[in-house]
Amino acid sequence: MTATTTPAAAVSSRPGLRRRLNRPLAVGGVLAIWLVVWVLLRGRDTLDLSAASLTPLHRWLNDVNDTVGANRNSNPLFLYVFNEIRAVIDTLVVFIQGLIAQPSYGRPLPVLGWLGVVAIVAYAGWAFGNWRVALLAAGGFVLFGLQGLWQESMDTLALTLSAVFVSLLFGIPLGIWAGLSDRFHRVITPFLDFMQTMPTFVYLAPLTLLFMIGPAAATIATLIYAMPPAIRITAHGIRSVPHPPLEATDSLGATRLQALTKVLLPLSKRTIVLGVNQTIMAALSMVTIAALIDAPGLGKTVIKALQTLDVGTAFNAGLAIVVMAIVLDRVTTAASARVQERPDDGRGRGQRLRRPLTVAFGVVALVCSYLSYTYLWAAEFPGGFEVGSYLSQAATSVTTWAQDDLSGVTGAFKDVTTVALLNPFQALLADSPWWLVGAVAVTLAALLGNVRAALTAAVCVALLVATGLWQDSMVTLAMTIVATLLVMALGIVVGVWMGRSSRADRVIRPVLDAGQTMPAFVYLIPFLALFSASRFTAIFAGVVYAAPVAIKIVADGVRGVPATTVEAATAAGSSSWQMITKVQLPMARQSLTLAANQGLIYVLSMVVVGGLVGAGALGYDVVAGFSQGQLYGKGLAAGAAIVLLGIMLDRIARAAADRSGSGPASTHT
Amino acid sequence: MRRDTSWKMRLAAVSLTTVTALALTGCGGAKVGDSTASGSGSGSCGTFNVAINPWVGYEANAAVIAYVAETELKCKVTKKDLKEEIAWQGFGTGEVDAIVENWGHDDLKKKYIEDQKTAVSAGSTSVEGVIGWYVPPWMAAQYPDITDSKNLNKYASLFKTSESGGKGQLLDGDPSFVTNDEALVKNLGLNYKVVYAGSEPALIQAFRQAEAKKTPLIGYFYDPQWFLSEVKLVKVNLPAYTAGCDADAEKVACDYPKYDLDKIVSKKFADANGPAYQLVKNFTWSNADQNLVAKYIAQDKMSPEAAAKKWVEANQDKVKAWLPKS
Repeated sequence: MTATTTPAAAVSSRPGLRRRLNRPLAVGGVLAIWLVVWVLLRGRDTLDLSAASLTPLHRWLNDVNDTVGANRNSNPLFLYVFNEIRAVIDTLVVFIQGLIAQPSYGRPLPVLGWLGVVAIVAYAGWAFGNWRVALLAAGGFVLFGLQGLWQESMDTLALTLSAVFVSLLFGIPLGIWAGLSDRFHRVITPFLDFMQTMPTFVYLAPLTLLFMIGPAAATIATLIYAMPPAIRITAHGIRSVPHPPLEATDSLGATRLQALTKVLLPLSKRTIVLGVNQTIMAALSMVTIAALIDAPGLGKTVIKALQTLDVGTAFNAGLAIVVMAIVLDRVTTAASARVQERPDDGRGRGQRLRRPLTVAFGVVALVCSYLSYTYLWAAEFPGGFEVGSYLSQAATSVTTWAQDDLSGVTGAFKDVTTVALLNPFQALLADSPWWLVGAVAVTLAALLGNVRAALTAAVCVALLVATGLWQDSMVTLAMTIVATLLVMALGIVVGVWMGRSSRADRVIRPVLDAGQTMPAFVYLIPFLALFSASRFTAIFAGVVYAAPVAIKIVADGVRGVPATTVEAATAAGSSSWQMITKVQLPMARQSLTLAANQGLIYVLSMVVVGGLVGAGALGYDVVAGFSQGQLYGKGLAAGAAIVLLGIMLDRIARAAADRSGSGPASTHT
Repeated sequence: MRRDTSWKMRLAAVSLTTVTALALTGCGGAKVGDSTASGSGSGSCGTFNVAINPWVGYEANAAVIAYVAETELKCKVTKKDLKEEIAWQGFGTGEVDAIVENWGHDDLKKKYIEDQKTAVSAGSTSVEGVIGWYVPPWMAAQYPDITDSKNLNKYASLFKTSESGGKGQLLDGDPSFVTNDEALVKNLGLNYKVVYAGSEPALIQAFRQAEAKKTPLIGYFYDPQWFLSEVKLVKVNLPAYTAGCDADAEKVACDYPKYDLDKIVSKKFADANGPAYQLVKNFTWSNADQNLVAKYIAQDKMSPEAAAKKWVEANQDKVKAWLPKS
């Protein structure tokens, strides 16, 4: 049915015609037509499908899945490819687990006890950063022990390190390549979108079929989700290196390799570390989901606690995940700062005493490791600390208070927002005939963006119809748009604030890290009490998870505005407001686009979690597909529909951003 | 500057010597591996991989079986936390030996027992599963006739929410369980809309709030479930189940059947016929037994191991009957 929509797009984007069109007016016109046709034809051709019904495509996907399962043990692809990959990754994970988490090499305890791990982490904090980072790292890790979660934390750490290691091993080279080559960038971007938005629930069961139940499947599930940020942000870093230094190297006759190692990499280091950091965060955000296929560690504690609605215990374990994220984040960030500072620092006072201290502390860490290898007191974290149960009790009483005393107010808030904002939006999208929404999407893509965006939109609309889940997609789309708008509003306000004030940054960043890494399952229970099982709860959860990444990227962009520009603007007498709206935000435009893209993708990655708390639609389809064999194909189709929605929205937004930014001020290639 | 340097150096040196001294004197006492020479005797049972499906009743079954296997049969028990679907899949790859509480799942039985022949049934657990529509107790007290599905339309307006589009809301939970609710609503002519909460915690939280705040709620629930010992939900009677009345999923207009919860094991495990298999095959207990252990875990916050130990010690006669006869 794309035939009816594509010509319209082609016509409206022909350059001659476009110039004569007043675009805001045209967009308004399209929306007005939509409303009128909606009034006339609402409820027709909405392509709805009830929760238990299937289409032939869904049945076919079920059959494919069954065939793979039935032939697993005889197929050479499995015997020689997947089994080999599994063996390598299993070895890696089991090795790290043996070091820090699990009994190994015939010992009842891991090779390194708590004292050794704490010493090494503190040492790494000091070596890469400074004594403050070292203190934070040691304190954070000791806290795991005090919470009574030492072994679980180390299991999680082992799995995360493995997944991050493999992600970076492949991700950074791929990211550099994507940064250098436009063609490769174009090729890989849809794959990255796919990896980040295809819900984990969809491939969790197939992964255990391919790689069997165990650490390998859990690691691979984690790295599928964690690798894209490394690739994407590395590429972004390389691409946003200013042109003058590059041209200078070119004119000096440097080779490509020299240009890369001497100019591009050093200048994009700050951004690449942001990618490493986001990879770690993404990996940690998978901890709970991976626990559904028996991944060891803190995720299991959260899932178990959830079965009995024990928010306190879930919070305790969730907090450990957050603390681990913050420690790993600070150590990596400090490492980048140190590397960057070194050239300016030269051979000052720091350098001379740093070397002997490094050796001395290294010896201390080694001795601690030896102690923890040998003696029970240093190997097993002493029990009897009540920190964990205090934390659980505190979290439980806060939750109880909130559900008892707040739920009246929050419930009313939910009802008003749903009736006034979400329902009309959803009615418009889901009750319109599908061809109408499709035509509107394609026309808007052409008007706001370009022909390419219109074509992408047309293809996505066609494929959405093919999944058989059109109406569910529209319901999810309504929720996604509302959530993304909220995310961007928060992203810009808080991001600019953080970008301009390093004190604000210091205070807010841990909160953001918590929002990104605290497993959604922990706060879903209180949210359910506050907003009951509803679409609004799902939106709220999506915003909590997606806003941090948008905020961080905006802050990074604002901070990346050259100091000289800011000084010049200040000298010219700009007010703070003018500075933000006329200088900092426009110059951080690329970051804003990236923030919108990542915000959207993170919201979409929460669609499934939304399905667990009453969002229905695609999220529920995916969850149901994970839980019931007959619905597997439908779940997979729903996963694909989520990806398609993501790609469509992102391409339209990106094309629109490109166009609005292609004025004279832009230095865009 | 220089003073700063030497101060730091001295600190490092002091800490270094202290730690070394500690290490050399071995003040720590007990060494790793001293006391654990015994304890991990594998015996004739070998390794027993039991799947743990994510609900507390299942965990109760598994905990008791695992405890008996470890203490009486000296098996090395590995518990694997998996959803049902994936656990069944594990029979084929040899990573799961037993599922110890199975709710129906005729589709999986067909796929893995009949078609792929990787699994076999190991008999009933004697626990009976009930699925149906429930209301919080305060509603049953205030509106006594609500427990008959014929009267539900009268109360539909009570159950309106932001999600139900003007109709009464019927809340469904975890999609793992079979539900005919959409067909039921249609075929019984009820003015309700099925809203999918999507998970068991969401459902339990909804019922807990409804009872605490005395707000109306009707939803899908099941027994045995630990939450029923916290809030005694009242079942709504749908037209009684008769054999075959649910044959056509589109036309269902009767209540859910009672489920005989059974055990499924991998074919290899059954063929080997080891002591762990014997134990799984012989394992049966009552709803009351399971509810008690589930209560230890869910409400008394005992670990599954501790809960199992407590029950096993109090019920030696039942446990004796499960052990292999040799």
